Amino acid sequence: MSAKTRRREEAGLKRANFGDGPGLPTLLLLPQLLILLFFFFIPSLRALMQSVLLSDPFGTNVQFVWFDNFKTLLASSDYRQSIAVTFWFTAAQNVLTLGSALVLAFATDRIVRGRSAYRTIILLPYAIAPAIAGILWAFLFNPAVGPLAQVLHSFGIAWDPNLNPTDALLLVTLAASWKHICYDYIFLVVGLLAVPVSLMEAAAVDGAGPIRRFVSIALPMLGPTIFFLTVMNFIYGFFETFAIIDAVTKGGPAGATNILVYKVFVDGFVNLDLGSSAAQSVLLMSFALICTLLQFRYFDRKVNYGV
Amino acid sequence: MVERSPVLNMICHAILIAGALIVCVPLYFAFVAGSLTVAEVQKVPLPWLPGGRFFDNLQLAWNKGNFSRTFANSIIVALGITAGKIAVSLLSAFAITYFRFRYRMLAFWLIFMSLMLPIEVRIVPTFEAVANAALPLQWILDTLHVTDLWLWISGHEVLIALEWNMVNTYPGLILPLIASATATFLFRQFFLTIPEELCEAARLDGASPLHFFWSILLPLSVPNMVALAIILFLFGWNQYLWPLLFTTDKDMATAVIALKGLIPRSDSEPAWNVAMSGALLTMLPPVLVVLLLQRWFIKGLVDSSK
Repeated sequence: MSAKTRRREEAGLKRANFGDGPGLPTLLLLPQLLILLFFFFIPSLRALMQSVLLSDPFGTNVQFVWFDNFKTLLASSDYRQSIAVTFWFTAAQNVLTLGSALVLAFATDRIVRGRSAYRTIILLPYAIAPAIAGILWAFLFNPAVGPLAQVLHSFGIAWDPNLNPTDALLLVTLAASWKHICYDYIFLVVGLLAVPVSLMEAAAVDGAGPIRRFVSIALPMLGPTIFFLTVMNFIYGFFETFAIIDAVTKGGPAGATNILVYKVFVDGFVNLDLGSSAAQSVLLMSFALICTLLQFRYFDRKVNYGV
Repeated sequence: MVERSPVLNMICHAILIAGALIVCVPLYFAFVAGSLTVAEVQKVPLPWLPGGRFFDNLQLAWNKGNFSRTFANSIIVALGITAGKIAVSLLSAFAITYFRFRYRMLAFWLIFMSLMLPIEVRIVPTFEAVANAALPLQWILDTLHVTDLWLWISGHEVLIALEWNMVNTYPGLILPLIASATATFLFRQFFLTIPEELCEAARLDGASPLHFFWSILLPLSVPNMVALAIILFLFGWNQYLWPLLFTTDKDMATAVIALKGLIPRSDSEPAWNVAMSGALLTMLPPVLVVLLLQRWFIKGLVDSSK
């Protein structure tokens, strides 16, 4: 305790530590900080700078244009469509993923026999790359050869994700959700293990059935986990589904699956519109910032009673 | 189990079987398609049972996807990212938790901020950074007008043009993905749970910080490292955006990128049988890792997302 009174307690520092010399810790931090500097901070700074510049594709003529890139961007119907598409895609994916994961986690929690076998199979998509998940579903729903598309056709549904925007959006949403259910699922299964049995027993004695108990006891206790998963699903939908879009629809047809992160890529690398691409990056960064702060709330809470 | 309810148990099993089926259906059809000939795979309706060409198609996909080269690339990149991230994060976490120095919190927040910047959102500037990793230095030199200064001091004009192109190299594929806030936090969290007495004892015995790190902290961290390594290996193997941008040379592509080249486009022969064989091949290593190391995998997943 004397050590505690001698010097101010610092957050996240071991009480027993190695003195005050700055040399060694700097050396230890150097690799991480250098990589961050080169691949995170400088590129981000350059994105910020580029977003207020107007340059031609060859970079020979550069003009400072203040917020014109942002104004043009927000006024363009393409960008608005992209926002709408991203929103619907991410929201649908979130509801589908979290909903299925909750039902599956509830079922896993109830049964005794075969639990680990089910869990193993349901976790498999985590190992599969988003691009591959996209390719698998693109095959299943390929209008010419896909078995599921054939089933739809036999019901008289003119399914064709290459021509019909709704079909394309549906296809990538399904593929993205299939790939991500396992993530939400494992967190919910682990979370359910932490619900005290005594609480459940007491509720059962009071006459609450299994579903009632799940809804009124387990679900509120899973609250922080569900909040965290929602944030993670948004991050996944916004950023990691890039591979699915690129491998399956390339943003089409008619921009129906042109989510924001794909548009940054197309505008920057295909259309070489660097100013607009950078402005889009900056807007996405602000979104990522909000998500991270929300995530930190969860992280913070876990730290408080976890350690 | 609070009470017995056979009906609900049945329903739960039904739900889980349905879930498992939804996971397996795409994999099963990939297997079926991968065992047919090109003519058979185009038949309507697609056969529900596998044909006899499974191994032929695997071989075809292996050659068409240049997999003997791209698999090696994937392994190098995935292992490089895994080892690099763990090493870099362990050192940073050690520095942040076990040393008192002036800029401790600043370093902590700099690392934390990188969480906020997923690499996908600033592809163009990061691509520039990799295309010429010396660009930032050049930029600093230009901004500070170092050359003018030199001219003024020495009277000689020098042109400084730094270039370090990392496109189509392993460092270019690995380095931008190595910095990791989450891994750093995972180790930090873990270090905070280690009893203070261990460090005190080590110091009493006159052990240097690095000695303490190497012979006490590192062995204690092995379970966390294994769990994290599995997640990072999957992360590295399944990378898409970076390899797509940075490998203009086919021999530097990773397996996932090579697979993309096997997907039939509307103007080519619909060789979905080869594409599906390729998909099965490419997903095999990470799937095996998850199946064999399941317990560690779950621990890594739940830990590293805290």
